[in-house]
Amino acid sequence: MIVRILGEGQFDVDDSATDELNALDATLEKAVNAGDEAAFRPALAALLDRVRSLGRPVAADTIKPSDLIVPNSDADVAGVRDLLTNDGLIPG
Amino acid sequence: MSVMKRVSLIFKAKANKALDKYEDPRETLDYSYQRQLEMLTQVRRGVADVATSRKRVELQMAKLQQDQTRLEGQAKQALGAGREDLAREALSRKASLASQYSDLETQYQSLQADEEKLTAASQRLQARVEAFRTQKETIKATYTAAEAQSRIGEAVSGISEEMSDVGLAVQRAQDKTAQMQARAGAIDELMASGALEDMTGTPRDDIQAELDQMRGGQDVELELQRLKGEIGAGSAGAIEGGPAGGAAPAQQPQAGESA
Repeated sequence: MIVRILGEGQFDVDDSATDELNALDATLEKAVNAGDEAAFRPALAALLDRVRSLGRPVAADTIKPSDLIVPNSDADVAGVRDLLTNDGLIPG
Repeated sequence: MSVMKRVSLIFKAKANKALDKYEDPRETLDYSYQRQLEMLTQVRRGVADVATSRKRVELQMAKLQQDQTRLEGQAKQALGAGREDLAREALSRKASLASQYSDLETQYQSLQADEEKLTAASQRLQARVEAFRTQKETIKATYTAAEAQSRIGEAVSGISEEMSDVGLAVQRAQDKTAQMQARAGAIDELMASGALEDMTGTPRDDIQAELDQMRGGQDVELELQRLKGEIGAGSAGAIEGGPAGGAAPAQQPQAGESA
């Protein structure tokens, strides 16, 4: 499956990693819902690290939509909430 | 639902809007390509904005560095002349500039990181736009409108996602750059108004004025001694051996390296 890290690009990650990524994502989701910045940062970092280490970068001339999209590494809780609640914020 | 899934659904919804816009899907290709070219221009402008901001911070850092060097020189001069109070004042001003400097340094690094990220994003987008253009021509030449539909979906969704991502990155960089420019502007204003300048920059700042005055007094004293010697009044003839210890030339090696 293709996973995009916002601001970094796309990674091709084996489907077998789905469960692991979902578990990391669940932790992240909890932090976002609770507005817990202190828990959010390490949760996002852990998820990003895993995507980067498991995935292979997708070539720049390949044009494919992603199956999953992870927020940018310098995002904060408020930024992710904006991303989730207001698609009007997405340019392009 | 998970964060990753929700974000990707929002991006897909955005792409679908673009796809639904035209009846003939091949028109979507041209429209999308137009948007890509605009987006590329926008990204390049974003990179240039960040670079301008970075250079401005760089100039301010150089200026602060200069002022710190000057203050340290003044502190040494003051110490050499036995004026510890003046030296202390110069060093405390230097310390406040140093903290401003390290603040700017953090900003500088953050701008540099943004610039690199945006440059990479712009290269990625450029490559994808190139690829898209080729695909677009192939699809238009090879397929009927009905056939093209499915072919187009993936390419347009993919490129739309890329553009949204890059667009967000440009937006983030612009927000941050605007904040930094406001702060940089405030520092520029301070410098222009003389608030920082008076403290350090001009030769007429108060520490320098006092040092100059002391040196002036010293010169008068030396001149006086010389004249006395010429007249042959025969008093304490040696110039260097003058009685006023504080007025001796500033040569003492112990004058602190307190930076």
